[in-house]
Amino acid sequence: MKTIEEINAIKEKMQKVLNTRESQGENDIRIVVGMATCGIAAGARPVLNAFVEEAARRNLKNVKVTQSGCLGMCKYEPMAQVYVPGKEVITYVRLNEEMARKIIAEHIVNGNVVAGYTLDLE
Amino acid sequence: MRELSLHILDIVQNSVRADASMIIIDIEADFVKDYLTIRITDNGKGMDKETLKKVTDAFTTTRKTRKVGMGIPLFKMAAESSGGEFDISSKEGMGTVVKAGFKISSIDRVPLGEMEETMTTLISGSPEKDFIMNYRIVTEDEEREFNFDTREIKEEIEDIPIDDYEIVSTIRSYIKENIKATNGGLVL
Repeated sequence: MKTIEEINAIKEKMQKVLNTRESQGENDIRIVVGMATCGIAAGARPVLNAFVEEAARRNLKNVKVTQSGCLGMCKYEPMAQVYVPGKEVITYVRLNEEMARKIIAEHIVNGNVVAGYTLDLE
Repeated sequence: MRELSLHILDIVQNSVRADASMIIIDIEADFVKDYLTIRITDNGKGMDKETLKKVTDAFTTTRKTRKVGMGIPLFKMAAESSGGEFDISSKEGMGTVVKAGFKISSIDRVPLGEMEETMTTLISGSPEKDFIMNYRIVTEDEEREFNFDTREIKEEIEDIPIDDYEIVSTIRSYIKENIKATNGGLVL
């Protein structure tokens, strides 16, 4: 069983990581995931997790994954909005974990919006 | 919702938005009484009597983006359809308590699901707030308990932010393993 001491044990390692970390800046990319009732019911919890994990796995220090309330278009949940400084806000809809990982790879890393995943109002 | 832990995540988000600084989640599974009780207590701004009366109605929400608030009605329905009871009480300026009971063996009871995911989602979404989870299993032979408290974690990690990826990952497996051990083979 894991104990609270184990959390303490990673502290030292963490402090080194923190020292090398860039401070939060204006150039941060933000990914905002809708986490209201509609989002949660549609599967936003694992989607949020996939964004966080994939960003951490790729060591993307300037990416901040945050949560928001209902974005007002519940039928498109799980949804996420990507804010890249100086660029138009991109809204991704009906996401799953795999799509979240692909958005990190294609949009965040390579700079190409994943066309088929975005909101196109009919 | 597919898991009770998703209902919990949703209900606690209400507490977060009601400016609570501390949220306590009590989960007690009494296998002798065949009854699971989930209680969420917050020190948020609370509700007046009129709002409280309306809150189990789907057409009440504090949200501006849409007019329907489904979180509490869904949780109530999940409890009652399993043969359990639901109760919400609140005092303006004091906080709110949401309590849902479930008949454990009911075929209409949704599984508890991944509480470690709910807790880490809450912690990373609101690292400045404190979340406490008291997880209790009661059987004929014994009572087992696991208590989780972000204040203890914050004390241990000192100046490292609790929403840091490494910390959150450790908390996730910490909660998962402790719940598994507390369950002792029982399925919730």
